[in-house]
Amino acid sequence: MDASEVESMIRQGIPDATVVEVRDTTGGGDHFEALIVSGVFEGKGLVERHQTVYKALGDAMRVRVHALSLKTLTPAQYENRR
Amino acid sequence: MSEAIERIESAIRNNKIQVFMKGTRSFPQCGFSAATVQILEELDVPFGTTDVLADPELRDEIKRYSNWPTIPQVYIDGKFVGGCDIIREMYESGELKELVKSALGQSAQQ
Repeated sequence: MDASEVESMIRQGIPDATVVEVRDTTGGGDHFEALIVSGVFEGKGLVERHQTVYKALGDAMRVRVHALSLKTLTPAQYENRR
Repeated sequence: MSEAIERIESAIRNNKIQVFMKGTRSFPQCGFSAATVQILEELDVPFGTTDVLADPELRDEIKRYSNWPTIPQVYIDGKFVGGCDIIREMYESGELKELVKSALGQSAQQ
């Protein structure tokens, strides 16, 4: 699968995400890194945040994605980073 | 299947810090497992490892156990803490060092 497909699945699963950036790290269509900014991460630990993203990807995460490196930020954290 | 759960739980029980990884501590078979081990070695703390490639049943079961689809998985004090990204992020913020210290401190008191 390509990065845009991963991105649209994440956007579908986390509709209020303000930023979803996905990059194919090897060009092979199975190793990705993603930055996701969303208010749903508010008050959640990292494990729960990542689980939210994995859930959005569903079966693709088990079968088609070999590796996904995640950065999950709240809008406030994203602002502070810039 | 329940036997795999027993193997998971006994590893978590016996090691304050436990890593389920691909390959062994000396010979990791995946970059993410290698990075995770490297961080724990950097912290200079004792930890146990289990090679999921050597135990296919456990490799399946651990993903259900933690509701986490990828390997490596790190458990501290019996609690799932995260995979490679989270461990790296917690290491950089200093949070991991604190967590590890308090987990090992507790075991010293027991």
